[in-house]
Amino acid sequence: MENHPQSGSDAPTPPTPPAMQVIDSVVIRFCGDSGDGMQLTGTEFTRASALALNDLATLPDYPAEIRAPAGTTAGVSGYQIHFGSREVYTPGDQPDVLVAMNPAALKVNLVDLVPGGILIVNTGAFTPKNLELAGYKSNPLDDDTLEERYRVVPIDISKLTALALEGTGLGSKDAGRCKNFWALGLMFWMYQRDTDREIKSIQEKFAKKPELADANIRVFKAGYTYGENAELFGHTYQVRPAKIEPGLYRNVTGNSAAALGVVCAGQLAELPVFFGGYPITPASDILHDLSGYSHYGVTTFQAEDEIAGVGSAIGASYSGVLGVTATSGPGVSLKQEALGLAVMLELPLLIINVQRGGPSTGLPTKTEQADLLQALYGRHGECPVPVIAAMTPSDCFFAVIEAVRVAIKYMTPVFVLTDGYLANGSEPWKVPDLSSLPKFPVKFRTDPNGFQPYGRDPETLAREWVRPGTAGLEHRLGGIEKHALTGNISYDSENHHQMVKTRAAKVAGVARETGELITCGPPEGDLLVVGWGSTYGAITQAVQTMQKQGHRVSSVHLRWLNPLNPQLGSYLKGFKRVLVPEMNNGQLVRILRAEYLVDAEGFNKIQGKPFKVAELTQAIAERCPGKQK
Amino acid sequence: MSTTEDTQKAKPALSRKDFVSSQEPRWCPGCGDYSILAQVQKVMPELGLPRENIVFVSGIGCSSRFPYYMNTFGFHTIHGRAPTIATGIRLARPELSVWVATGDGDALAIGGNHLIHALRRNIGLKIVLFNNRIYGLTKGQYSPTSEMGKKTKSTPGGSVDHPFSTLSLAIGAEGSFVARTLDTEVQHMQAMLRRVAEHKGAALLEVYQNCVVFNDEAFLHLTDKTQKAERVIVLEHGKPLLFGKNKDKGIRMAANFTPEVVQVGDGPSQVPLSQIAVHDETCANPAYAFMLSRMEYPDFPVPIGVLRAVSRPAYEDLVASQKAQVEKARGKGDVAKLLASGETWTV
Repeated sequence: MENHPQSGSDAPTPPTPPAMQVIDSVVIRFCGDSGDGMQLTGTEFTRASALALNDLATLPDYPAEIRAPAGTTAGVSGYQIHFGSREVYTPGDQPDVLVAMNPAALKVNLVDLVPGGILIVNTGAFTPKNLELAGYKSNPLDDDTLEERYRVVPIDISKLTALALEGTGLGSKDAGRCKNFWALGLMFWMYQRDTDREIKSIQEKFAKKPELADANIRVFKAGYTYGENAELFGHTYQVRPAKIEPGLYRNVTGNSAAALGVVCAGQLAELPVFFGGYPITPASDILHDLSGYSHYGVTTFQAEDEIAGVGSAIGASYSGVLGVTATSGPGVSLKQEALGLAVMLELPLLIINVQRGGPSTGLPTKTEQADLLQALYGRHGECPVPVIAAMTPSDCFFAVIEAVRVAIKYMTPVFVLTDGYLANGSEPWKVPDLSSLPKFPVKFRTDPNGFQPYGRDPETLAREWVRPGTAGLEHRLGGIEKHALTGNISYDSENHHQMVKTRAAKVAGVARETGELITCGPPEGDLLVVGWGSTYGAITQAVQTMQKQGHRVSSVHLRWLNPLNPQLGSYLKGFKRVLVPEMNNGQLVRILRAEYLVDAEGFNKIQGKPFKVAELTQAIAERCPGKQK
Repeated sequence: MSTTEDTQKAKPALSRKDFVSSQEPRWCPGCGDYSILAQVQKVMPELGLPRENIVFVSGIGCSSRFPYYMNTFGFHTIHGRAPTIATGIRLARPELSVWVATGDGDALAIGGNHLIHALRRNIGLKIVLFNNRIYGLTKGQYSPTSEMGKKTKSTPGGSVDHPFSTLSLAIGAEGSFVARTLDTEVQHMQAMLRRVAEHKGAALLEVYQNCVVFNDEAFLHLTDKTQKAERVIVLEHGKPLLFGKNKDKGIRMAANFTPEVVQVGDGPSQVPLSQIAVHDETCANPAYAFMLSRMEYPDFPVPIGVLRAVSRPAYEDLVASQKAQVEKARGKGDVAKLLASGETWTV
């Protein structure tokens, strides 16, 4: 990662005013108590950066408790944004700038600040009580080592906020809540963001409470003016617009993209959508979003439990509607028996698993990739289900659509794996042109002549979808093994063998949908890094960095996990070593070893946090010596 | 709502035979399930519904084989979950008539959660619960409705597990239609099935059903022709709670909200008819139906008939009208616009 602010730009630098330093990317983390409004500060700054045409990625980090005791480390909330004038793949390893609003936030986050980084700290919150709540024996700001390691900028934001609000008559409680806008104002000055637009945004956000809108604007301006007058760094920083494909853009999180994907998939399939689900972190936002889309042909149903969530979705699919459910790991465990029924019934169904740290309740608000094997093998019996994993927040949209297309074409449930990191992380998204997305309208069977419930398409092996209500097609289906053609109950041993093989062959046939391998670098070399899911950004950035340094390393990213891309086997052979970074204890790596007899090596991080690019570049360097300089 | 099945009428008249599937029932000879199947097949053509608009959904157990034998759409699902799948069907396609065939193990043990939520939600499912007070398909373990002390394969020393009253549970779960019948009372069962079919919202019909192999004669005390008049009370809306061969016994409400069995008549130590409780299935206070559901042999005659039938909006209708309101207020959603919503910028 670039060391801010020492890093310069790769691009030729046009003449800039002396008070402005051009940098190509920067990582900022806002952190404070969960009541300090850090998420709002972060999202406001993100929007302003997007409007400044920077490429960016963000990562919110909030406590599992709804409101942990104020001032404690358990209640610290953070929001990290990485923005740049070049392609940004991750929210950044380490912040170059840390804004800490209280001692607890400093305690939790300081360890991540890059050496030499800027530490802006609200000294006003460093009261004896807050220090004690954070577990500090003495005031860390009095410690000289802090100054030696970082560029410390101590500001009494609490007091300056109060000063800015003098005479407004705002109560001290409300006034105290405005200090995040002071910090935001300072950051707007540092990175020269558009203040007019922000002021408009504050007015809109607090339209119902104009006195709060005015207060926040005052405070925001005060923060900005402070930067200008105090000459903190002698200059501001400029991150120029990135080279971005022209078009209409918006920000999107993984969960909101997944919900939009569900709506879109219904349109493309020309089907109403039924979503049955149960609240679970970090998947609930999909339920929330879809609940607001009822006028787009979506029915949502908050069921009594996870099982009822998937059960109702299966019922909807049975009746000829697109059945969808979304959950996280523990919920998937509860749904698995019902998924077996959907496999047996050969009904289309979309299951989104927003993975979180497990097992059991685990780390509900933290990210992990430990449900791959559960998606592949977590059911009883021989029960194959296609599995696709989203790569980025916006890819959740496309992964969902792809999953639905396959589910309908092959008459099968399909898993979409995302994770907490994708779900809550956001990135700018070029809004897709709906008319350019290929439609896949459903054709229901209506002709009673020659109808066999388990008659199959010779190519896809899919059976036909029949809507109840179609005269002459009344038939009975169930979870008991069924005759290969009629679907009637069959305990015949040969028939069962044939049916298990047929279901397996049908899902294996989805391989023809997996497209071109997603690769980065030449098809041969010393090391191939194989990734899946949300590690795409960090792996790509790490591999590109190492390639520039002369290492013979490439990467391949697997979007489909079941079935695997048919081109993968031969691609693996082009490399001396294979490394598989995963946010789990080694799951894809087992599959690759079993499937291809390749000596793939796992590289695992199970900390509830995404990989840092530096962790990956180091792992690559250790396994793949660069060219001698 | 114009979307419910009631507004649809069948084209040609159907007969019982039209509802008999090609699959031969595989229940034990003499099983009470045969009677339920026969009565359902008898009543179905009378409902005037197109056969293709009827879906039978079941869970697991002997009772849950039911859909295979009905020549309608049928879905034999997994243990306990039939109400969830039926809920999805009903919400997705409110024009379908959705029936659930379930048993005491399926509905009250593994699927208890779904049953109570379907009832409180009042989703339009027609739930026929075959209660034989035993696990039959797994060959003879006690069930949530088995009586205390029952000796089964899993309770060799007698069950120490207090049973549910199905109907008390259903009333407690806000069921808007709660009824009971007996597998041997074919006319009564048909009448109950018609009522179930008519009801808007969730309807629960418990059928006391004899398992000839693992719990034979569990209901003999109620079905025995010589005794049943004294031990069963047939509920009729608007009529006094009378029973006995000569209708000379009745139920009077005593103090402490407790029913008591009294001799009815004008003689000494008899109670005049005017003091006998009059059955009101629409009684707003569920305490009355609950009281009935607690009446058990031998202290009381066991009620059959409709204990409770109250009018409450069906969940699917509320969902549909809310959707219609949103669409009216906001118009039919334009997905292209939705994609481009929120704060956008052009590069």
